[in-house]
Amino acid sequence: MAAKEMRAVYTETLIELAKKDPRIMVVEADLMKATGTPPFKAAFPDRAVNVGVAEANMVGVAAGLANEGKLPFAATFGCFASRRAFDQFFLSCAYAKLPVKLVGTDPGVSAAFNGGTHMPFEDLGIMRMVPGLPIVEPSDPVSLAALVRELAAYEGPAYLRLHRKGVEPIYKDDERFELGRGKLLREGKDVLIVALGAIMVPEALAAADLLAAEGIKASVIDAISLRPLDKDLIMGEARKTGAVVTAENHQVEGGLGSAVAELLAEAAPVAGKPVPRLARVGVQGLFGEVGTQDWLKERFGLTAKNIADRARALVAERK
Amino acid sequence: MDAKERSRLEAAAKEIRKKTIDTIGYLGVGHIGGALSVVEVLAVLYWKEMKVNPAEPRMPGRDRLVLSKGHAGPALYSALALKGFFPEEWLHTLNKGGTMLPSHCDRTKTPGIDMTTGSLGQGISAACGMAYANRLDGRDAFTFAIVGDGESDEGLVWEAAMFAGHYRLDRLVAFTDANRMQIDGLTSEVMTLDGSQGDDLVAKWKAFGWNAERVPGHDVEAIDAAIERAKARASAPGAVGAAGKPTMIVLDTIKGKGASFCEGQVGNHNMNFDYETAKKAIAELG
Repeated sequence: MAAKEMRAVYTETLIELAKKDPRIMVVEADLMKATGTPPFKAAFPDRAVNVGVAEANMVGVAAGLANEGKLPFAATFGCFASRRAFDQFFLSCAYAKLPVKLVGTDPGVSAAFNGGTHMPFEDLGIMRMVPGLPIVEPSDPVSLAALVRELAAYEGPAYLRLHRKGVEPIYKDDERFELGRGKLLREGKDVLIVALGAIMVPEALAAADLLAAEGIKASVIDAISLRPLDKDLIMGEARKTGAVVTAENHQVEGGLGSAVAELLAEAAPVAGKPVPRLARVGVQGLFGEVGTQDWLKERFGLTAKNIADRARALVAERK
Repeated sequence: MDAKERSRLEAAAKEIRKKTIDTIGYLGVGHIGGALSVVEVLAVLYWKEMKVNPAEPRMPGRDRLVLSKGHAGPALYSALALKGFFPEEWLHTLNKGGTMLPSHCDRTKTPGIDMTTGSLGQGISAACGMAYANRLDGRDAFTFAIVGDGESDEGLVWEAAMFAGHYRLDRLVAFTDANRMQIDGLTSEVMTLDGSQGDDLVAKWKAFGWNAERVPGHDVEAIDAAIERAKARASAPGAVGAAGKPTMIVLDTIKGKGASFCEGQVGNHNMNFDYETAKKAIAELG
């Protein structure tokens, strides 16, 4: 199937929701064209609010809209959504229990030519510090549309990490998704790969193919929801295989790698099952850089080859 | 305003002031200075200008108030208690574990508090969103907000100012409590916004597309007249006035006004004082 622009899916889904639900609004900070929301503005001119280049005010205004019963989706690059407007989101939205859906676009290496200044490798970690905040990173157009609907139906604030660019579908159109539920994409007995997002889930699937060629059978989970994390699904596959590789377009500190490490470390031992070993693929304590997305993936080891190498090493270690 | 109305509002202000001193004094520490400087505007808003219903704090058609300088919470709590939003006994629970009255305003805890504030600059930003939503929904409601002059050092205040001007939110009426002091000293020493010419804050807000004027901040009649002027200019509910502008009323105030032990003293931002001192100050107010 052909790749589909994620931002187009995001906007189409919001328009579809907004037709039925007058509470849905978009709030932007001069990145409407980047987020792809001009069609929303064309359909609902007064329900698309552009605050100019003022991310802190974007989130504060969204809080005020939510305080009057609106359901605002406030979007900007993930670096600004997390680093620049964090206090506004933390206090005026989350602490104040107002249902603002904060959308951080251009996750990690997808920021590409905008470079290190615009490359969020830390937004998931920052958002994980907001008590109870749901955090999702859909991997394809189908899961994105479903998760936008899920977030609109969810009563509280949430963070959506949105890859804007064209992405090949992973799921069939009728696949069903739920906040807090991951998807088991492959089932294997030797190693589990848990991946997050539109870049790393395809890499994880490709890694599983590389491993399969060597006779190593990998399970692959698309985590989708970093919080709530699908602990049962991950833990079940981790216990079965005894080896886990996480894969994220983010620092390994604070994001998926940390969340899975916490899960494994705190899990009760089960008689007859190995204690799962863990390797974390992701950015290893580095700042972002400028380059093409493919170059950056190599630079930071966000590749199927690296995932397969780490998986192979874990499997060898166990033998 | 006739003399009777004036004395009614002045009496309300005196009651709020006494309750505020009592509330903070009972605890022994708190943001007394900036609480006492907003007493008169609260009296005018809750005793005359704002449409509110203590029995239904979230009444959809009510007027809203965002106390952006959230640390003045005890003054607002005193006003709300006197209006019957919650029992006056609650005031003595200020800042105690499990209280409904935290030092800074919390919309999830206190009946009558319209927005959570405390991180300075965020309240006026949220007030912009509230005013926008109220216009979108055609509500016959005004959104009021109170900003501190020290708070106005925050860049977010000016992002919000830009927004309200651009979107012509003329049913947004904000106040600056210009008490000319902030934690580390006089605003003229720490960060000058309202300079030696006396009209700088007014000029700044005007430059951002607002109507702005300066009034004596402890004069209930002057405050009320300024609010009436703002209301008279406002568009009909739901309408976008082609020349609509939000209103900023800069209140010339004295930090710690009415409490002899701290009035006008740098250092009264957040201070310790015992309940005996509070009682003495309350008695002096008569």
